[in-house]
Amino acid sequence: MSTQRTPVTLLAAALLAVGWTSHAAVAADLSVEALAAPCAGCHGTDGTSVGMAAPTIAGLPKEYFNEAMFGYKTDTKPATVMGRIAKGYDDKQTEALAAYFAAKPFGRPGGQALDPAKIAKGKELADKYCQKCHENEGRDADGVGVLAGQKLTYMQFSVADFLSGKREMDKRQKAKFEELVKDHGAPAFTDILHYYANVK
Amino acid sequence: MFTPNRRSLLKFAAAGVATAGVSMPWAARAATQRVVVIGGGPGGATAAHYLKRFAPELDVTLIEANAKYHTCFMSNEVIAGLRKLDELAVGFDGLKKAGVKVVNDLVTGIDATAKTVATKGGQSFGFDRCIVAAGIDFKFDAVAGYSAEAAEILPHAYKAGPQTETLRKQLEAMPDGGTFVLVAPPNPFRCPPGPYERASLVADYFKRNKPKSKVVILDAKDAFSKQKLFEEAWTRFFGYGTPDSMITWVSAKQGGTVKEVDVAGRTVVAEAGKFKGDVVNLIPPQMAGKIARDAGLAEKGWAAIDARTFESKAVPGVHVIGDAAIATAMPKSGYAASSQAKAAAVAVIQMLRGQPVFSVPLINTCYSFINKDYCFSIAGIYEPSPDGATLAERTDAGGTSPLAKDDDYRLREARYAHSWFDNIVKDSWG
Repeated sequence: MSTQRTPVTLLAAALLAVGWTSHAAVAADLSVEALAAPCAGCHGTDGTSVGMAAPTIAGLPKEYFNEAMFGYKTDTKPATVMGRIAKGYDDKQTEALAAYFAAKPFGRPGGQALDPAKIAKGKELADKYCQKCHENEGRDADGVGVLAGQKLTYMQFSVADFLSGKREMDKRQKAKFEELVKDHGAPAFTDILHYYANVK
Repeated sequence: MFTPNRRSLLKFAAAGVATAGVSMPWAARAATQRVVVIGGGPGGATAAHYLKRFAPELDVTLIEANAKYHTCFMSNEVIAGLRKLDELAVGFDGLKKAGVKVVNDLVTGIDATAKTVATKGGQSFGFDRCIVAAGIDFKFDAVAGYSAEAAEILPHAYKAGPQTETLRKQLEAMPDGGTFVLVAPPNPFRCPPGPYERASLVADYFKRNKPKSKVVILDAKDAFSKQKLFEEAWTRFFGYGTPDSMITWVSAKQGGTVKEVDVAGRTVVAEAGKFKGDVVNLIPPQMAGKIARDAGLAEKGWAAIDARTFESKAVPGVHVIGDAAIATAMPKSGYAASSQAKAAAVAVIQMLRGQPVFSVPLINTCYSFINKDYCFSIAGIYEPSPDGATLAERTDAGGTSPLAKDDDYRLREARYAHSWFDNIVKDSWG
């Protein structure tokens, strides 16, 4: 390294070297990092799951995250462990977690066992029945969950809960679900979910 | 891109944030603060990983005696033939990539005054703070006739690796109609539901392959983790409570405590009498790992710590996490160790920066299998008391899976358990 350069330039280089990018700047509050870190054991480092069932929670809209946690706390959203874990966090902590994970990129590490035939069929169905709410191939999530690259197993559990009435649907979703079941039968959901799970 | 101006840069420099291992002529290299982490299990690996994630400027060294670590979690699946031992093996390349200096050597001593760690290989590592994740050791002498050598014949299989494979091979070789005797240890011990999950998965293996065989659990306790869930499942799958039950549990009250073993005769001597097994799995009473005991961290067998920082109450500057520590209400589990590692990493960083330590909730989540599609869990949220005396469990949260749930619920937990494994491994070892 040239000694002609000013200390400030060197320091900037040092900051870059330690990853002081905009993401690190957002994540710099160590108390929030510490609050969020234990979630990673099940949901993956930085909220991107590399397991085949636990959903990725990075990149979820804050409102969606908060609503899900509220559902778990009040036992109004079906759950296994989350109904027990969410109750340990107050509203302020939940909101901090929601903001923290919303700022993390939704990672799509792949590795899921997906069927190309189902993916192709699912894409057609998704274009017709789903994409108005799940825009940009399910990447965008305005008032809905991110489907693109989400875990197939998790989404299958979710659809089963919607269909059985265990999990509440809003009017628009309910109408679309009923239409899809009427036109193509419940197994069509599997094709659609294979498609969304495959979106990179 | 975050583009700091000159003023904020100088502020960061003053706060010591930017004194990473980058050549800076005006910053003395010795100013880099060093943390030595001892032990490459889930506790130590997570601590090293998260120290670098949260404070990249730190010099972090992880010292582990083995080139590979086998996770204890999911090792009961290997014993039952549902998984290969290799699938439990993790290396340390991920941590190296994360900037951790990984040293393959055995720690022989910690000098808290000189702030150095010595190894068998003759190396010495200076530290500003040290984190010890020494795991457990067995009290072989608590059972007359038992020893490390005897464990080759009557395996404990409670540290994953060759012992896991030894037990698996014995079960494979066992003829149908044989008896598997499992000796469960007294509290406290690593993985509280572990022996009972093992009994379940072995019974499931027998049911599928050697249906005339039996499982006998000899216990030094009168109660165990997730007991009602285990008993519910045993009743359903193995006829528990009937004369034909594949599983028999002999509690301490019923004379299940074992003090002596006849290794050659594969016979354990319990208070209730002698039990001969075709395969005997003897899990001895436990204590903190040798490194923690030798360093004076574990005066009463386990290491007393301040629950806010995990700093040893006996040796200042040295923190103890995971199975070796007395984490009061928190169980000795892999997930607890990883949660503690993250909390300890944050505390160490704050202390090195001269900043106040803040406390956050810690999580434990632990799954137990009965068969490949039937699983249940326990979860808990723990908070350090303001005086650091205890890690108390939140009573308004956590708990076990409910009883009397349908098969779909148990199947979901099985899928989440395997997903848990993949995530915790990657999150700990990188």
